[in-house]
Amino acid sequence: MSVSVRIPTILRTFTSGSAEVNADPGTLREVLASLDASYPGLAGRIVDDAGNLRRFVNVYVGDEDVRFAKGLDTPVPAGSRVSVIPAVAGG
Amino acid sequence: MTTSVSTPSNFGFASHLFCRECGATSALGASHACAECFGPLEVGYELPPVTRASIEAGPASIWRYASLLPVPPDVAARPNTEPGWTRLARADQLARELGLRALWLKDERGNPTHSFKDRVVAVALAAAVEMGYKVLACPSTGNLANAVAAAAARAGIRSVVLIPADLEPQKIAATAVYGGAMVPIEGTYDDVNRLASELADDREDWAFVNVNVRPYYAEGSKTIGYEIAEQLGWRLPEQIVVPVASGAQLVKIDKAFRELIELGLVADTKYRVFGAQATGCSPVAAAFRAGHDVVQPVRPATIAKSLAIGNPADGPYVLDVVRRTGGAVADVGDEEVVHAIRLLAATEGIFGETASGVTLGVLRRLLADGLLDPDAETVIINSGDGLKTLDAAGSGAPAGVAAIRPTLEAFVAWESARAA
Repeated sequence: MSVSVRIPTILRTFTSGSAEVNADPGTLREVLASLDASYPGLAGRIVDDAGNLRRFVNVYVGDEDVRFAKGLDTPVPAGSRVSVIPAVAGG
Repeated sequence: MTTSVSTPSNFGFASHLFCRECGATSALGASHACAECFGPLEVGYELPPVTRASIEAGPASIWRYASLLPVPPDVAARPNTEPGWTRLARADQLARELGLRALWLKDERGNPTHSFKDRVVAVALAAAVEMGYKVLACPSTGNLANAVAAAAARAGIRSVVLIPADLEPQKIAATAVYGGAMVPIEGTYDDVNRLASELADDREDWAFVNVNVRPYYAEGSKTIGYEIAEQLGWRLPEQIVVPVASGAQLVKIDKAFRELIELGLVADTKYRVFGAQATGCSPVAAAFRAGHDVVQPVRPATIAKSLAIGNPADGPYVLDVVRRTGGAVADVGDEEVVHAIRLLAATEGIFGETASGVTLGVLRRLLADGLLDPDAETVIINSGDGLKTLDAAGSGAPAGVAAIRPTLEAFVAWESARAA
């Protein structure tokens, strides 16, 4: 069983317009690697060159903001849903 | 970005969008995050020559600065709430109480829905209409909900506002009355914000003013800075204390001051910008103290709900501005907030919202800590109206005061009891 990943509009050029794609479970880092294998370049928009989550992107596993969990080491079990959202909103 | 939305035809002298992080530029349009790095997009201009006289000849609203905003030239003639040009009140009694030489208060209660949010919504609405959006929407801590519902009603378009379910009853009532859709959401503002971001991707003709229209929306806060300078007689204050929720207001007031210098409308004098947060939601103050340039999100717990944003979008830029200008970001607890609300009311006859209490409370804290110069002319922002946060202010009849009979004797007895 895989995990589903919600893709924001600005990254849908990588997914041929798909708003939701599947990836392999694991840690968030592994999920992103699996995504990048299917959609080359996608992970680089979410993680910077130093391998950290970019400053202005929020990633949720289920309802949990991964910055409140273990960041890129947050577990993403099979069947869960990952959401990638631009952080610049609100206020 | 969204396919049903047309290319903008008229954004005044705004010329492009650019990413604040990586500098990538893009055409004016319906996007708010950089496609390269997710960084926030900012409106760039090719500003025309602007004179003090041309501004002074304009309307008594934010539209006197229309040529410095991403709006069409005829914006003032379209149905809108005509926000802004609120008073800059000299606060001598409060200044004496605090030991300050000169203190001014920018009184944002004077806006159509009693907070500064009418400014940003008016700019967002004008831009959203230009881009062909059909619905005005927002996630809100309350003030923005009021402003969006009112502006949409006035412009004759639909509105949808998403609010945390535990919002103050006054703010809920003052939104519902305008007849738009209001959806209480279980969770914090940050949860509501997340939902709004997902919806903004899903509903192509909805303009979430502070999400997908945010670059335009945020520009509206520049008008607070323009007005302060104009009302001081075309000069900049030496110190300013601004409440920090997302941080956009503080960043835009600084942008306004720099633009006025660039345009030659004010002298290039040194100013320091200070940010104010409630201790129960103080991620930017914590980052400032720790010397960090990133902001670790927190889960908010404060009576200052209009500032309860645990993951502030402009937090890093607030840090940039206060460090560049020699200011600081500080926080105060809820008790000091209530005390400050009462102090402002008793000394100046101004009943501010909880965020105003935060701002004044932090002003006192900064003075006590020696970070704010008592001899420098200071401006504070009174962002909204205490009538919207009545319960927090503990504004009921003072404890132990009972009603008296309607007779002279009863009144005289009350007077002697009070004197005793």
